[in-house]
Amino acid sequence: MFGFIASRLLQAIPVLLVVGFIAFALFAYVGDPVNMLLGQDHTEAQRLALVRQLGLDQPFFVQYGRFLCAALHGDFGISYRLAQPVGALLAERLPATLELAVTASVLAFAIGVPMGVYTGIHRDTLVSRLFMTGSLVGVSLPTFLLGILLILVFSVWLGWLPSFGRGPVVHIGRWWTTGFASWAAIRCLILPAITLGLFQMTLIMRLVRAEMLEVLRADYIKFARARGLTRRSIDFGHALKNTLVPVITIIGLQFGGIVAFSLVTETVFQWPGMGLLLVQSVAAADIPVLSAYLLLIALVFVLINLAVDLLYYAVDPRLRSRR
Amino acid sequence: MPLLDVRDVTVEFPTRRGVLRALDKVSFSIESGEILGVVGESGAGKSLTGAAIIGLLERPGRIAGGEIRLNGERIDTLAAEPLRRIRGRRIGMIFQDPLTTLNPLYTIGRQLTETMQTHDRLSDADARRKAIGWLDRVGIPAAAQRIDAYPHEFSGGQRQRVVIALALCAEPALIVADEPTTALDVSVQAQIITLLKDLTRDQGTAVMLITHDMGVIAETAGRVAVMYAGRIAEIGPVADVIRHPAHPYTAGLMASIPSLEHRVPRLRQIDGAMPRLDALPTGCRFHPRCPKVFARCRDEQPDLLTAGATRAACWLHADG
Ligand SMILES: Nc1ncnc2c1ncn2[C@@H]1O[C@H](COP(=O)(O)OP(=O)(O)OP(=O)(O)O)[C@@H](O)[C@H]1O
Ligand SMILES: [Mg+2]
Repeated sequence: MFGFIASRLLQAIPVLLVVGFIAFALFAYVGDPVNMLLGQDHTEAQRLALVRQLGLDQPFFVQYGRFLCAALHGDFGISYRLAQPVGALLAERLPATLELAVTASVLAFAIGVPMGVYTGIHRDTLVSRLFMTGSLVGVSLPTFLLGILLILVFSVWLGWLPSFGRGPVVHIGRWWTTGFASWAAIRCLILPAITLGLFQMTLIMRLVRAEMLEVLRADYIKFARARGLTRRSIDFGHALKNTLVPVITIIGLQFGGIVAFSLVTETVFQWPGMGLLLVQSVAAADIPVLSAYLLLIALVFVLINLAVDLLYYAVDPRLRSRR
Repeated sequence: MPLLDVRDVTVEFPTRRGVLRALDKVSFSIESGEILGVVGESGAGKSLTGAAIIGLLERPGRIAGGEIRLNGERIDTLAAEPLRRIRGRRIGMIFQDPLTTLNPLYTIGRQLTETMQTHDRLSDADARRKAIGWLDRVGIPAAAQRIDAYPHEFSGGQRQRVVIALALCAEPALIVADEPTTALDVSVQAQIITLLKDLTRDQGTAVMLITHDMGVIAETAGRVAVMYAGRIAEIGPVADVIRHPAHPYTAGLMASIPSLEHRVPRLRQIDGAMPRLDALPTGCRFHPRCPKVFARCRDEQPDLLTAGATRAACWLHADG
């Protein structure tokens, strides 16, 4: 078990090094940091001093090494746009995005899986057809449109839920802020979470349904029926568990996608997360933020992959004994 | 009263091009404790007969006629829930391929205890104890340790032993065994058949043993039913069917099986193939291939007629 995790982490190192290289290349070669920092008016002496101070006169690999070393310590340089340390900037935004992404994924999973099981078992009922048709809307409706529609209905017309922001958050420890501590903040989370999670939910539903249809034809399901096991145990135990491996994969990949690309939702709802920061940074060509973001997302994907592998491991005994 | 009584059972599959009649007025019975062998070419309807009995016909297949009685009680018209309570508890089933009939994600112990606890009130500890007992009885060594193993940790032959334990653990009065050794290594086939035979004899369980192996039938079964194109061609005591087949199809079938232990006079192999369900011939379904065909065979379909010690659906025996 421990060896398994260790080997997975070792395998992740080359990935992170490559992404780190790209982030560094972005950092070092897109735009001119010296000009950015000094502005238009400066002497040659000032420029050289800054170049030396930033280490830009060093050989390429020394610079790369330093960049990595600094990144490991959470130092990603200074934002051009906000003149703040990038590390602190991201750390401040990360909890908002993670809470939104996790809430959206949990919603998607908790609703998508039962719907998938239901439509897989009762293929031809009216409810199944409604779910399937509805899921087409969910898959094809653009996120920004869905967000705007939800705001229109629930904020503007009905006035039930706030349309933007994260509400009053509470600090936990030094790095984390949470919106789960107050009802006002939870209300703020509802619409963005639905907007972000709907696509995922329909995807999970369709995936679970397809897998259920496949698994329900399996011999061990026939044998379970022939032994008189209850429908409940067969459908939600024997069958559902066998659909989980592919579902876990997709949910994992989707979660990475949600974290990385929550920018549309965050923009629509002015959610103070990393997606919003990313959009603003792209507009301002704020390279240090962009390269740090790239590294962070790579790390998120690596961790998710690890989590997915561990879940496989928990679900499927055949993988356990192979090691 | 027989344990199982199958009367004129007809199974149909509605398709776009019309209704396919896959079983046509199949009738036979099984006494308690008896082993009935069922043989016939691939596609003859053996598995469908088993599925109809245990109420697991796959949609859109349905029983379109006839009746099935277990201890005199109609079971083909039961609703889903009472039928479920019969499955496993009163009629068990063993499938062909032990590699795919066990759920790969559950330990065999859990599959056994769940089956027993579904049908009987049993504490977890009792269920576990009984599960170990069953594994022991089907010949899994070190059963107390192996009970928490997963199916993939067993060999094919051992898995079929586990499948047999699962089919028998709720102590049904009848087992439908659909080619229980076909997927197994030749070296373990005989062991599994012996195990099945011994266990069911000890428990007094009746078996409907579907197989392609006449040798197995000869050794285990008391009577045998020969199926052809969705009908029973001949049924009777094994020794009589083998030595004096009354139906020309049975005779041909005996001739085409080389592994037969009871030598029968070598007959000419039957040419041709079994007709498809959407292109059945008129009269007797076997007549286009029959070496003894005559006029009546082409026009009229024979029902089972007494032919010496057996009963055969053949006009040769029209006058008893
Ligand atoms: N879903 C279905 N739709 C249409 N026809 C079907 C369906 N299932 C089975 N049949 C037909 O029913 C007939 C009997 O099938 P069955 O599986 O009982 O054969 P079998 O005697 O068990 O053969 P085998 O020795 O190959 O197992 C076959 O001709 C098959 O084509
Ligand atoms: Mg079959």
